[in-house]
Amino acid sequence: MTPEKRDKQRVKLLPKAPTGIPGMDEITSGGLPKGRPTLVAGGAGCGKTLLAMEFLVNGAIQYNEPGVFVAFEENAEELAQNVASLGFDLKQLMKQKKLIIDYVRVERTEIEETGEYDLDGLFIRLGHAIDTLGAKRVALDTIEVLFSALPNQGILRAELHRLFRWLKDKGVSAVITAERGDGTMTRFGLEEYVADCVILLDHRVAEQVSTRRLRIVKYRGTLHGTNEYPFLIGKHGISVLPITSLMLNHQVSRERIPTGIKELDDMLGGKGFYRGSSIMLSGTAGTGKTSLASALVEAACKRGERCLYFAFEESAHQIIRDMRSIGIDLAPHIKKGLLQIHVARPSQYGLEMHLVTMYDLIREFKPSVVVLDPITDFTSVGSELEIKFAVTRIIDFLKVNMITGLFISVTSKDEAADQSVVGIFSLIDAWVNLRNLESNGERHRGLFVLKSRGMSHSNKIHSFYLTKDGIKIRAMDLVGPQTEFSTT
Amino acid sequence: MEKSKSQARSRRTKKAYELRLYVAGQTPKSLAAFANLKKICEEHLAGQYDIEVIDLLKHPQLASGDQILAIPTLVRKLPQPIKKIIGDLSNTERVLVGLNLREQK
Repeated sequence: MTPEKRDKQRVKLLPKAPTGIPGMDEITSGGLPKGRPTLVAGGAGCGKTLLAMEFLVNGAIQYNEPGVFVAFEENAEELAQNVASLGFDLKQLMKQKKLIIDYVRVERTEIEETGEYDLDGLFIRLGHAIDTLGAKRVALDTIEVLFSALPNQGILRAELHRLFRWLKDKGVSAVITAERGDGTMTRFGLEEYVADCVILLDHRVAEQVSTRRLRIVKYRGTLHGTNEYPFLIGKHGISVLPITSLMLNHQVSRERIPTGIKELDDMLGGKGFYRGSSIMLSGTAGTGKTSLASALVEAACKRGERCLYFAFEESAHQIIRDMRSIGIDLAPHIKKGLLQIHVARPSQYGLEMHLVTMYDLIREFKPSVVVLDPITDFTSVGSELEIKFAVTRIIDFLKVNMITGLFISVTSKDEAADQSVVGIFSLIDAWVNLRNLESNGERHRGLFVLKSRGMSHSNKIHSFYLTKDGIKIRAMDLVGPQTEFSTT
Repeated sequence: MEKSKSQARSRRTKKAYELRLYVAGQTPKSLAAFANLKKICEEHLAGQYDIEVIDLLKHPQLASGDQILAIPTLVRKLPQPIKKIIGDLSNTERVLVGLNLREQK
């Protein structure tokens, strides 16, 4: 059998238990190993308990697999409180017999060891809980507590071996959490018992910016990404940022969307941009990029389509006010829920956090147009390479979901592209450049289409006016023979 | 093995020592624990104790109440504070320390 055939067969034979966590099932090719234990190791506050809890909660709600959460550190009340803000109603799930939280309290000082024993008590409790619900998922968080509580390590280790075999026999998919060790994967060597799948969580602070990362160290019998994936603990729980999901075989649309400015549509083969394409709007400060983007957004909203506007330089109020002065009123679309403007300073968090936040919002809102205004501000939180990666990922994500992406780039000179964005030129389907022009002692704006894949487009520089009745574009010939353009 | 004779005899009288032995079926460890316990109680707590044996195989839901993990486990419910002694109770000294009948060494 060829290696490819063997891999394909393996993937088919290995059933998975989907986690329901955005991004997670993609990087694990379907979820955690079904009926097997998975080890989740990480430092304090990395998100291990949350991962385990989400596995169980999503299992109960989305996949009809009830779960038993064995908590060694917090009781049911505390756990329920901790996850309530994420929208998980544990009490409700317990009432519906979809979840049991069993708090196992071990107090070292209470225990006196007086001879031979085993951990049958734990087995009986767990077995009883599993049988009561017909549970298919189990979380043990964190079983390491037993190491500090029980004096006889020999008995404990033998019983742990027995426990993991028992869990497999019971056919439950288990998540075992453990603390990261100093130089070892876990403090007490739990990785020797859980060999099917090992996931490491990391929470790093670099240059005052914190990032959470997840890495699949091991996943027997499955092709998995071995990279670190940034993740976010947002208001709905964990979100993992998968590496580009674009296989470069995605669908493309033949549909064209109007820009909201008839003359610009004319410059673009008469019909406007392709839906789902990535469009760059570049220009020096004050050339009208935000205005152009807003015109396109307004046109989309008027068609009843949803738009998501990520603003990194101006506030929502500022944008709305400025656009009103040129006859574009975005406020009613916001009221109708067709437009959302999300404001963030690039330096607020790391690049990956921004990405995951955007992914989350896009997934939730499902827009047909997304604007990033501007992307060049990210040079303060990432290197050229990192920004290129980040923009590539966002472009991929949007393309796979057939969302039209508008990227605004502020250039420092009147070049078509700034250093920082030159690297992504090839990823962009359409590029419109705005510049300042001077003629007859007047300054006005100019616009031209640098590139637009898949259509014939104008190559003439057009004059571009921001009037109170909206954006007007006129061919340059009308301006006069003595036109000069100068750079600012 | 469900109720000890002493408990049957003195049901109304509250004993100073209320002991609960958790077992899981009639395994050698469980039988040994019970035998050891009776011996120790007769020797050191004659007339002052009550032993209740709980078989978790028959009543699994009772394990969480007293937070039972190990089998066998002896729980001293009275006098307070609650003490837990795990093992087959073959180490008499340790059992006495656990029940607070001996100075802790």
